[in-house]
Amino acid sequence: MKEDAALAAHAHTVKRYRGLMDWLTTVDHKKIGILYLIAGGLFFLVGGLEAILIRIQLIKPMNNFVGADTFNQLITMHGTTMIFLAAMPMLFALMNAVIPLQIGARDVAFPFLNSLGFWTFFAGGVLLNISWFAGDIPDAGWTSYVPLAGPTYAGGHGVDYYLMGLQIAGIGTLLGGINFMATIINMRAPGMSFMRMPMFTWAIFITSALIVFAFPVLTVGLVALTFDRLFQANFFETGNGGNTVLWEHVFWVFGHPEVYILILPAFGVISEVISAFSRKRLFGYSSMVFATVLIAFLGFMVWAHHMFTTGLGPVANGLFSIATMLIAVPTGVKIFNWLFTLWGGSISFTSASLFAIGFIPTFVMGGVTGVMLAVAPADFQYHDTYFVVAHFHYVIVGGLIFGIFSGLHYWWPKMFGRILNEKLGKATFWTFFIGFHLTFFIQHFLGLIGMPRRVWTYLPGQGFDTMNAVSTVGAFLMGIGTIIFIINVIVSAANKKPVANDPWEDGRSLEWSIPSPPPEYNFKQLPLVRSYDAWWNEKQKGNAEMPPAEPVGPIHMPSPSILPLIMSIGLFAAALGFMYHHTIIGIVGIVITFACMFTRSVFDDHGFHIEPEEQEKGVHA
Amino acid sequence: MSAHDHHLDGHLPHEPEKATLEGRNKILGFWLFLGAETVLFGTLFAAFIALRHQTLDGPTADHLFELPMVFAATMILLVSSLASVFAVQALHQHKVKPMIVWLIVTILLGLGFLGLEIYEFNTYVSEGHKFRTSAFSSSFYTLVGFHGAHVAFGVLWIGLLIAQIFKKGLTVVTAPKIYVSAIYWHFIDVVWVFIFTVVYLMGKVG
Repeated sequence: MKEDAALAAHAHTVKRYRGLMDWLTTVDHKKIGILYLIAGGLFFLVGGLEAILIRIQLIKPMNNFVGADTFNQLITMHGTTMIFLAAMPMLFALMNAVIPLQIGARDVAFPFLNSLGFWTFFAGGVLLNISWFAGDIPDAGWTSYVPLAGPTYAGGHGVDYYLMGLQIAGIGTLLGGINFMATIINMRAPGMSFMRMPMFTWAIFITSALIVFAFPVLTVGLVALTFDRLFQANFFETGNGGNTVLWEHVFWVFGHPEVYILILPAFGVISEVISAFSRKRLFGYSSMVFATVLIAFLGFMVWAHHMFTTGLGPVANGLFSIATMLIAVPTGVKIFNWLFTLWGGSISFTSASLFAIGFIPTFVMGGVTGVMLAVAPADFQYHDTYFVVAHFHYVIVGGLIFGIFSGLHYWWPKMFGRILNEKLGKATFWTFFIGFHLTFFIQHFLGLIGMPRRVWTYLPGQGFDTMNAVSTVGAFLMGIGTIIFIINVIVSAANKKPVANDPWEDGRSLEWSIPSPPPEYNFKQLPLVRSYDAWWNEKQKGNAEMPPAEPVGPIHMPSPSILPLIMSIGLFAAALGFMYHHTIIGIVGIVITFACMFTRSVFDDHGFHIEPEEQEKGVHA
Repeated sequence: MSAHDHHLDGHLPHEPEKATLEGRNKILGFWLFLGAETVLFGTLFAAFIALRHQTLDGPTADHLFELPMVFAATMILLVSSLASVFAVQALHQHKVKPMIVWLIVTILLGLGFLGLEIYEFNTYVSEGHKFRTSAFSSSFYTLVGFHGAHVAFGVLWIGLLIAQIFKKGLTVVTAPKIYVSAIYWHFIDVVWVFIFTVVYLMGKVG
């Protein structure tokens, strides 16, 4: 930090942007977090709209609201959008907004890559969704099983959009995973040992490791299917010696860790929120850490439970069945730890806390049906029915989306400097919570009496009619809940009242020790961390701020850059070029991307410094 | 934290690649990236192993592979890895000239390896072992081709770094770049050892 004065002055020549260009070139983790939230939120609305259309189609038997083809496109795009373009980016939003603050860092390890990760995700998401306008829409399910997704049965470019979109978005996710692992390992403030890290940081650390080791598997699967479709390779073409079960293995070796990539961050959010609003130290912190690591480890060992009916044989099914049930043990540890944190706590029922408390029974229900599905012989009955649909919506919506809502209400003041309205927040919770259970609880029974998933309509008189109608009403209620949340966002944006550093007054971790929103350098002086729940303990000792670990001095910052955006546009163009066999465009796109990498390597980023006098002027972000 | 701290007084620390936080981040991040690359190649290997007997009417592995040439390619790549070790040793002794010489040796050997691989693929295609021939051929070209593309990228990358050393000299900014490119090169080498074993040797005996 101590810097030669002449050099510091020299480094000040970096161009700073304002307005739109600031957002397009930013490498500030807080702004990238907001970009992730906006983009992920938009895709969440698109995916939600698709869900509503699906439910309208299924509201009554023999409905013809949408055709069978459109229905297949809707379910494919709903699943793909929600998982890759809505849920994960919103998690990345929270990660970006919170992790550097929680570990007492000024930014992530690789701010440039952070920006590149956002723009590649966004380019991939846009590419996938322009399929709606191109008229060639992916329709082979979010799992894209072959031969259905192969060149023989899925002509046109629909599945190509899926492959290229996910490939490009996947680059962003992988970069994010590497970045957050490196950040958490290398950038922690003095005194912040691993076992003093907040639980959310731990969850993101483990999640990032899962991303790093799971996403390349998807990359290879997507490459293989792309080669089959565009260059007539034979990975999955059984007529030429290919193997369709290979796709199932590759997809689920990625796909199962992916569901833990989704849920572990939610576990982290819930741990933070429950501890803060119970005004108690998280019960069983070290067992919580251990359970998270164990869940992640076991998460790689259970992929074939998605394939019980594929015919792998009783030994494989038995082993994967037992491994799957084992995951219930560390998950149970977590559930009991949350309950014991609440136990005897002085609980305040804020919106964030309601979502966290609502999460617990909901997620337990999803977990119980998970163990039911893990029983391989029983799974033959449930397989491909609405029972499965109910199960994974209980863990993903009831788990992850509740977690995201909880985290958004909790960290909103830190992200935006505006507090969300509590009345509207509670209205969001109750409509969304009731709507959710109305939609999906009944689907367990629909599945048990035999309604298959992924069918675009059904005959009357099978006992499906009323339950489907109820389910659709619930879906609308969830839609209303989401709209109330959007209204809340607008209302809070219009409210100009500034927010205190620690607006809940019960903040426990470092992010609550600095202004809301934080200045662009986060910490004027890096804090000295003296315990777990560092900020809470300082408050208990009567301290108004964290003890500093360094003197005040000029702060070195990375320069903004437009290159990540251009690189992503290059990849976007390249994907379209190769898909439509305009090889020239494809090559131009790749050249643009490589030219950006070249530029980045050759021209060093010296960054700039923020001097102590400027720091006194206050908040920049 | 700042990159400027160490070359103001004109001499470098013993391990200039680890002298700054940026450098340490880069090295750690790169190891993590190689972890991801390991999974990527692991999956390609898994696909190849699953499909390697599906040759249909095309030539089999036993029929195609010429071990002497593949062995020569292996030796070339292993020696190139040794050259990059010497380059990093020169880096630690701050001897810029020998470092550049060893880096040039590294990429020349890399180019030799690529030449042999192109010649090899060309021969296979003329023998009727094309990308579209069978599941074996598709998975073979994808696995070995991914590795070849990594070698080609490495050659371009290290070439660019040599040019940067000429322009900027050895500093705490350029040193981590040389260091991670060397780790990358070793990684490519290790992958090739597995390809030599799983693809070529097992192709001859399995």
